Amino acid sequence: MPVIVDIEKCQGCEECLSSCLFDAIVMKEGKAFINEYCQVCMACISVCPEGAIIEVEKEVTKEIDLKAYKGVWIFAEQRIGKIASVAYELLGIGRNLADGLKTELSAILFGASESEARELIKWGADKVYFSKDRIFEKFNDEPYSQLLTSLIREHKPEIVLAGATPIGRSFIPRVAARLRTGLTADCTALEIDKETGNLLQIRPAFGGNIMATILCPNNRPQMSTVRPRVMKRGQYDEGRAGEIINVKAEGITSRTKVLETIKEVSDITVNLQEADIIVSGGRGLGDPRGFKLIEELAELLGGAVGSSRAAVDAGWIPYRHQVGQTGKTVCPKIYFACGISGAVQHLVGMQSSDIIIAINKNPEAPIFNVASYGIVGDLYEIVPLLIKKIKETKGI
Amino acid sequence: MNIVVCIKQVPDTAEVRINQETGTIIREGVPSIINPFDMHAIEAGIQIKEKAGGTVTVITMGPPQAETALRDAISMGADDAILLSDRAFAGSDTWATSFTLSKAIEKLGADIIICGKQAIDGDTAQVGPETAEFLNIPHISYVRKIENVSQNGIRVQRLMDEGYDIIESSLPVLMTVVKELNEPRLSSLKGKMAAKKAVIKKWGQSDILADENDIGLKGSPTQVKNIFTPEARSGRKMLEGKPEEQVNALIQELREIKCL
Repeated sequence: MPVIVDIEKCQGCEECLSSCLFDAIVMKEGKAFINEYCQVCMACISVCPEGAIIEVEKEVTKEIDLKAYKGVWIFAEQRIGKIASVAYELLGIGRNLADGLKTELSAILFGASESEARELIKWGADKVYFSKDRIFEKFNDEPYSQLLTSLIREHKPEIVLAGATPIGRSFIPRVAARLRTGLTADCTALEIDKETGNLLQIRPAFGGNIMATILCPNNRPQMSTVRPRVMKRGQYDEGRAGEIINVKAEGITSRTKVLETIKEVSDITVNLQEADIIVSGGRGLGDPRGFKLIEELAELLGGAVGSSRAAVDAGWIPYRHQVGQTGKTVCPKIYFACGISGAVQHLVGMQSSDIIIAINKNPEAPIFNVASYGIVGDLYEIVPLLIKKIKETKGI
Repeated sequence: MNIVVCIKQVPDTAEVRINQETGTIIREGVPSIINPFDMHAIEAGIQIKEKAGGTVTVITMGPPQAETALRDAISMGADDAILLSDRAFAGSDTWATSFTLSKAIEKLGADIIICGKQAIDGDTAQVGPETAEFLNIPHISYVRKIENVSQNGIRVQRLMDEGYDIIESSLPVLMTVVKELNEPRLSSLKGKMAAKKAVIKKWGQSDILADENDIGLKGSPTQVKNIFTPEARSGRKMLEGKPEEQVNALIQELREIKCL
């Protein structure tokens, strides 16, 4: 369904030009013209006062038998034999989708032990397709994509989810390319369209400035990578029954070889992503010394210290503390934003926190749009008072 | 060594602002730039050429105005440029884009293909790996250091969540690169002259022998259903009063929901 301009109707008013997010509308001989940058978002259609921008039906060339595809799959990645936490989050959302579609939830696990496979069942999987072949111990794109592709071809799931991690974002595209199906990157919400049963894949685009809902209506499986720490884990049930299916890795080849894996994690990064409470500071601190106050509050609450990009760019705090589009995505129970204005780049990294407390001088700051509690005031007054009161409450 | 660098012209999303009242994007005055990650890909291509010899060809798929991005790449030191531009390519998602790029690269022939990790407008990071799959060659994502390049292969460091991997690959190979890899050079005066004079080849559907069902909107499995701006959180409470009252109210609230 391309979007085109009916040049008979177009009056050349140029209203549509600024409505286009992709710079896809240009003027040609006094008429609007939609070029190759068009992403078919349809934002321009309602803008045209003449009704000259129209959507024309896309012909579906080859119908595939959509009904032949059943079940929801999640790819459970492991690192050094341990299942990554994103896998449990995928089981959470995967369970919801499978229940909504009244179908099964299966997990795929390569290169870990069978006890790890059983964990996936306790966290919600009905089946686990499992290969303990040593070729999968270290992440390598070609072996991973070859086996996942052949499993999907054999069992035909309707939905396949993976983590939007360095692993998922690297090899899942190969699988989608080979299967000739769509893949939506870095989704932050997934729902089933009640009318069609299609998967609605919601993701930030344009540097997080906008959200887009993506569909894959005529191809199967519908595939998405899902941003870590956005989805909630499901229910853990020690006694849950499920089936582990051993799969053989036959004929797997690779032209790349992982020689060595070098760990370089800092405790801070880990803390930031695992913390229940994060206290973050931004440009409003005005000074690197402001982080002393942030640290004190964080320490008192047993939390971690985060920051906005502005504070990192100013050199007040190292990059590994940065939360946002170009830093870490976090999802704590409580997120304190102190002196952070709330640029979209920051918001996309923290807005799924359970509770957001914003402290800012400027009542117009966008951070208040995502806050659960907002305090307009000077953080150098508020935060020390808060520290004092919490100490009193805790009897320190 | 035939080195191909894939680039994309993008709006500078860091400059994009939202109109708070209407919830729409303010597009005016936002400049078009070469995707920042692709700048590092161009630099990597030129550095490999300087060490191992060969040529660097930049390609992009986009509207006619994307030619500017190609000229900028030539001014940095690329030898040749190809613009994939055709109405038939319109509306391509990552599948169709990768397919189109792979057909062009097949025609060119390449030993090393370099892409930026992702484009800052779409942020998908999918076009590199998908292109490699269509070409039936290996790929290495998030390359942060190139340790060794020869006719026999390449050894690089791949950035991961918890550190990095050292990976070897045979050629041909496709790499996607991160910003840590290098510092893109500025264009020289000589480069700017070359860019001005360069003849940019334009290829369309018939040049790359692509089936119409595999390109553009027809070849794209995904569709954008709608676009919206993120909603404000509901149930926000603004805590009013003097600082002491505000803090007391916050502590009260946190206690009520058992967070303190």
